Amino acid sequence: MSELTLFLIRVAYLAILWIFVLAALSVIRSDMFGARVTNASAGQPAAAPGRGKSPAARAPRRGVPTHVAVTTGSNAGVTVPLSQAPIVIGRGSDAAIILDDDYASTRHARIAVSGDQWFVEDLGSTNGTYIGSVRINQPTAISLGTQVRIGKTILELRK
Amino acid sequence: MSGFTPASSMPVFVHRSRRGAELVLMILALAVGIGAYAAVGLGVQEKVPVDIVGYGTWLVALLVAAHIGVRLLAPYADPVLLPLVAMLNGFGLAVIHRLDLAAGASESDAFARQQLIWMSLGVVLFLITLFVVPDHRMLQRFTYTAGLGAVVMLILPMLPIIGKTINGARIWINLGPVSFQPGEVAKVLLVVCFAGYLAVHRDALALAGRRFVGIDLPRGRDLGPLLMMWVISLAILVLQRDLGSSLLFYGLFVVTLYVATERKGWIVVGGLLFAGGVFAAISLFSHVRVRVLTWLNPFDYYPDPVNGTSSGQLVEGLFGMAWGGMIGRGFGSGEPWRVPYANSDFIIPAIGEELGLTALLALLLCYGLIVERGLRTAIVARDDFGKLLSVGLATSVALQTFVVVGGVTGLIPLTGLTTPFLSYGGSSLVANWVIVALLLRVSDQSRRPLPTAPSDEDLAAEETQIVKLDKGAMNK
Repeated sequence: MSELTLFLIRVAYLAILWIFVLAALSVIRSDMFGARVTNASAGQPAAAPGRGKSPAARAPRRGVPTHVAVTTGSNAGVTVPLSQAPIVIGRGSDAAIILDDDYASTRHARIAVSGDQWFVEDLGSTNGTYIGSVRINQPTAISLGTQVRIGKTILELRK
Repeated sequence: MSGFTPASSMPVFVHRSRRGAELVLMILALAVGIGAYAAVGLGVQEKVPVDIVGYGTWLVALLVAAHIGVRLLAPYADPVLLPLVAMLNGFGLAVIHRLDLAAGASESDAFARQQLIWMSLGVVLFLITLFVVPDHRMLQRFTYTAGLGAVVMLILPMLPIIGKTINGARIWINLGPVSFQPGEVAKVLLVVCFAGYLAVHRDALALAGRRFVGIDLPRGRDLGPLLMMWVISLAILVLQRDLGSSLLFYGLFVVTLYVATERKGWIVVGGLLFAGGVFAAISLFSHVRVRVLTWLNPFDYYPDPVNGTSSGQLVEGLFGMAWGGMIGRGFGSGEPWRVPYANSDFIIPAIGEELGLTALLALLLCYGLIVERGLRTAIVARDDFGKLLSVGLATSVALQTFVVVGGVTGLIPLTGLTTPFLSYGGSSLVANWVIVALLLRVSDQSRRPLPTAPSDEDLAAEETQIVKLDKGAMNK
């Protein structure tokens, strides 16, 4: 086989190698900027095909939450300002909201902020943290008035 | 809290599943893998290999199976990881085949054939991992079980009958016809253990401490886990004479610890302990000292060994890469067989010699992208354990690549580790496929659209239902 043929094979192969690398890079690029953005205030339906209503499609209550309040349960009336976030909720003495609730764990849940969005996260509690009738198993977005149930206690974000 | 806008106007990022893009990249990866096989045949034997159809079909079948598995089991997973891995593995197979041809190995005992069998096993384990781990958070339950498993795996080669010493390192076990490095399995188990432990204990480790020259130093009593990991790494170094794994495990722990606590103090303390350990090892153990000496002055020990110390492997590798230059000699025109163990630890110089810097840079970029995708997964992951797990897995690939490539290019002392996915070495290949499966699992979980929170109307409806049920129960 001639020297030239071998050279061409080598160059062609290196080209294939780099085409692959560049293709991978372009997929990463489109993945970075191509994620679909939904802006709920513009009234667009959320882009989660076949998955029902997205959190952004909820009818929003206007306003900025400033504190979290216990609305139901033996600690009803307790409020804690959100400026102390992350807020740990539980029966333990180190919790920001100390619950007198037999169904709550020592460190039961946490309310934290990411960007402008507030989240509630279960800290591995025994009886779980519920939004509505759904037991949450990962940080879940909450907004003003979303009722978070811990044992017999219900908390919500207030203005 | 300035710049705070109502939550409802927050942009919601919804990742697309991108399985189509993955398929296109997979086809390109196959072109790279099968193209390399054809180029090797043309370069070495002056004809397209006769078995290219069978070989190509097998490779296509494996990778298509992996792709379909991802489609079914992890539809939202990262689209780039699998093609990158497939490409590296296919390319590695071709290079190992080229070295087989140079060594004149017969068809049955060829390394490439064995590697293809290991790759098939790796893909099967990849699919099994995706199947049995539907949610990476279930792994957190096995934090301490994984830790114990890792220690057992590390002790196995020290046992009298099954343990085996190859090339001075006691890291092998005999499983009938095949040898296996349990350390590679231990690597994955350790990552799971570190992530699980630190996800729970990171608050304690990130808390109190003294501030010194702008760096928060941790408290003395929190050093326990770090010291334990340090002792285990040193034990591997001394008892098993495995420099690479020792470095890998310790580095993994320090990086995961740093990411979990966000405190530079751990890097400082970890680095000091590492420096102390290295210094002690150099002065106490000859096998470590030899590595450092041949690293500092490789040409003093070449071509003739001095006092039984030879740097032939390292220097031949450097010559190979220098001779390869920018675009290499071409498959079949180099002499990569001059380097002992060219198909495992020294596969990078073999590639550098025949395809040059151009190919090496492409490969290093691919490793960089694998690590980037891993860290990207950690950023979008929604739970602490998932974040730490993907950081750990990405770090294991990064460290392993750094240690090998740094070693053969003379940047750091040479340590014996395989180049992930590229080198001949079944245990490493299989373990790395499992690592990719776990990364894809975390990635799938974190890119999947959020579960829908019930709307206010739904909530209202639910509440009335509950009241009704309660009344019904009371009436009974």
